[in-house]
Amino acid sequence: MDTLVQQLINGLVLGSLYALIALGYTMVYGVLNLINFAHGDVLMVGALAALSAIGVLHGLWPGLPGWLLLILGMMAAIPVCVSLSLVIERIAYRPLRHAPRLAPLITAIGVSILLQTMAMLIWGRNYLTFPQLLPEAPLHIGRATISVTKMVVIGLAALIMGALLWLVQATRLGRAMRATAENPRVASLMGVNPDSVIAMTFAIGAGLAAVAGVMIEATYQVAHFYMGFIPGLKAFTAAVLGGIGNIAGAMVGGIVLGLIEALGAGYIGQLTHGIFGSNYQDVFAFIVLCTVLILRPSGLLGERVADRA
Amino acid sequence: MSSRSPPRVRAALAAVGIALVALPWLIGPFGDAWVRALCFAALYVMLALGLNIVVGFAGLLDLGYIAFYAVGAYTYALLASPHLTEHFPALAHAFPHGLHVSIWAALPIGASLAAAFGILLGAPVLKLRGDYLAIVTLGFGEIIRIFLNNLNAPLNFTNGPSGITLIDPVRIGSFDLAHPGAILGLHPSSLHLYYYLLVGMALLAMLVCIRLQDSRLGRAWMAIREDEVAARAMGINVRNVKLLAFSLGATFGGIAGGLFAAFQGFVSPESFSLQESIVVLSMIVLGGLGHVPGVVLGAVMLAMLPEALRHTAVPLQDAVFGRVLIDSEVLRMLLYGLATVGVMLYRPRGLWPAPEHGAAITAGKTSQAVPRHG
Amino acid sequence: MAERAERAERAECAECVLRAASVNKRFGGLQALTDVEIQIDKEQIYGLIGPNGAGKTTFFNVLTGLVKPDSGTFELCGRSYQPVDPHRVASAGIARTFQNIRLFPDMTALENVMVGRHVRTHANALDAVLRTRRARVEERAIRSRAHELLDEIGLTRYTTQLARTLPYGDQRRLEIARALATEPRLLALDEPAAGMNATEKGALRGLLESIRTRGITILLIEHDVKLVMGLCDRVTVLDYGKVISVGTPADVQRDPAVIEAYLGMAQAEAAPRPQIQ
Repeated sequence: MDTLVQQLINGLVLGSLYALIALGYTMVYGVLNLINFAHGDVLMVGALAALSAIGVLHGLWPGLPGWLLLILGMMAAIPVCVSLSLVIERIAYRPLRHAPRLAPLITAIGVSILLQTMAMLIWGRNYLTFPQLLPEAPLHIGRATISVTKMVVIGLAALIMGALLWLVQATRLGRAMRATAENPRVASLMGVNPDSVIAMTFAIGAGLAAVAGVMIEATYQVAHFYMGFIPGLKAFTAAVLGGIGNIAGAMVGGIVLGLIEALGAGYIGQLTHGIFGSNYQDVFAFIVLCTVLILRPSGLLGERVADRA
Repeated sequence: MSSRSPPRVRAALAAVGIALVALPWLIGPFGDAWVRALCFAALYVMLALGLNIVVGFAGLLDLGYIAFYAVGAYTYALLASPHLTEHFPALAHAFPHGLHVSIWAALPIGASLAAAFGILLGAPVLKLRGDYLAIVTLGFGEIIRIFLNNLNAPLNFTNGPSGITLIDPVRIGSFDLAHPGAILGLHPSSLHLYYYLLVGMALLAMLVCIRLQDSRLGRAWMAIREDEVAARAMGINVRNVKLLAFSLGATFGGIAGGLFAAFQGFVSPESFSLQESIVVLSMIVLGGLGHVPGVVLGAVMLAMLPEALRHTAVPLQDAVFGRVLIDSEVLRMLLYGLATVGVMLYRPRGLWPAPEHGAAITAGKTSQAVPRHG
Repeated sequence: MAERAERAERAECAECVLRAASVNKRFGGLQALTDVEIQIDKEQIYGLIGPNGAGKTTFFNVLTGLVKPDSGTFELCGRSYQPVDPHRVASAGIARTFQNIRLFPDMTALENVMVGRHVRTHANALDAVLRTRRARVEERAIRSRAHELLDEIGLTRYTTQLARTLPYGDQRRLEIARALATEPRLLALDEPAAGMNATEKGALRGLLESIRTRGITILLIEHDVKLVMGLCDRVTVLDYGKVISVGTPADVQRDPAVIEAYLGMAQAEAAPRPQIQ
């Protein structure tokens, strides 16, 4: 039973992270019908930038409290991610907006590789340690434990997702985004500038990814140039699971996927009598991905766009 | 086709043939590493040709292609190394002299297994649209890699991250490519012999591709790529034809994998990562999607250039900066990234596209009367 | 020579080429087709007309397997067929063209027509790789038949040109040539005269009549009423998904139900009522 509670907590933490990243994928897909393959790597660059910033700040003012460093780290990561993703959109995706669909996907793959290369050049190839910034002592819920960092992850994600939902439903920008996602041409006839809406969409997604990236390295205390790929792929799975193009879907899909992964990893040993262990954890996401895309491509909350070419 | 090629083309082909035969002798003196690089280039050519059938001929973006390479490699590795007999006493009992299946028997087995995986993968995903297909195939590829990495407990099938070593070299009759001895009075090195074998297989692969392209099947693939709805209306069983592309492409990968295992003598899951799938993809994108000579060019370039850079860029940086700023591994990745993005933005049809045909996948300039579909 | 074989095969077809009945199709809240039926006899040129939105294209797509009907019976040359898969429909003997022209744009005119031969030929991957005798003989036959067809349709000058570079009217003819390559029993044309000027339409008419004399039955959807009247032997008129008139062009033209459908109630009311003597 305590395994269950513990795994549920782990699942919520994972799910919150996946949800934040998935939002970036789903929003871009909504307006551009493009899988932004490089999204995970943008996250990685932001996370590494935050790590460097924290290192510098700590060096300059050693007395700064951990939570402040964390916030400042995020403040550093967000503009890095946002500007990076805007540059990528402008240089790599915009010229191919009317090309056959596979061209931007292939380009995105290339951009992903370039980002990893850039990170390797700046930060080297080794795993870097992220300092323990928040109090270490965990809290107890029954016999399960949760660290402060993980609580912050869940809380922060919930806050941000709430803010995003408000933005999309209740503001002018949100309306413009939804209109562009439905029909860019008609939206432009109504006075919406699709280029700026698309840019804003990338920017918001990148900002979310920056926060997620910093929270990932804070939770697992490690960062390195390849850290974006697997979370990125899993977050994409979450977006598809929830219904790609659907913002609420990305949130739901993220949480659900996190739970599936945590519960699966927690119980797989028991279920398969030791044949498969928790080292197969990553496989769950991929199996979910393949299953959803094959059996129900519209996802849990329904896809905005038809899935047939 | 040979009856149709003009004398100029035949002369060019003959010249290329002579150059290929002489190459190891010319390059050898600069170091074995170069000849090894050529051997790997030949393997990459086979992979690129196989992926080209799937992506270039049939228009299906497979990002998990390297899994078929892995299937072929591990099949030969398991059939021709001490691993299985060491870990499964029942097998050691049945094969007291060890498992030493000849590569000429193992290659068809590996190829068939890869083809079967191709059909297994292809069947459920064919109805998906382009980008979803890409992601699902990526997922499949990763699943295979994770299994290869972890199937070492409770029963040790794949030996996990350590991989399988002591794989038998290629044997032609009683003649062992790893320890050749004398042939017709000459003493060729093992590396040279592997070079000829691999280049020969690569040339065979090219021939097969060219024949497939200029056939009823090749036209069907092209039709599907251009307009799937019209192809279906013309009586083409699109599903089966796509499945055929998947499994034929997988077969190429499987054969290349078996040869790779024999050549390198050892396999591990590291060689079969997503990155490798992307490398092969960038080769065909750079060279010219759907155009066999272009694909070969792309493969050779992206296989050899990193070698060339390793030997020039590193000493150059040492000389100019006093230290190495960008090591060769990073340079290699940089090259792949730049090649992919650069080609997509500035030369989407690749460096050497087919002279008459456009590439329906990556570029599209159509007249108003014939709108691009799918 | 190939033509003789074609004629021999087609001679086996019963008098009636296509029969469909009780065809119904609903799209969500809209009943697109209600109990539509059609009967096309051998070597007829049959027209399917009706105002915009009448369901002509939907019915056409049902017949050719692009859209799955809710109900209906279908017979081609006396043999029942299920219009489930377009490729099976083509194999059974119905070849179609598309309203928006769906050629293979980056393939040459010759190659487009060669693809049409796919469904009647058999060489597989192994044949291709090994260059077996069967493959070589078949490939030669495919190529020569394609050349023949281009010649018959009058497109020889475009043989090695990419399909997307052809002028609009010739692209339509190429699509017809490609459809003919499948040796169809029924040639189904979706608005073949769309976008054509008067001269092109005249040429199209001549082409279709010459196709008919080669023993191929033709079904076409058309908006150009004048073309349909001059060309078709029989016509079915659809309106709001229902058949409102069937008969020769002359009959149908006089049918008040048809006039009402096309011109609206006001004019129908303005037309003089038949006097009862």
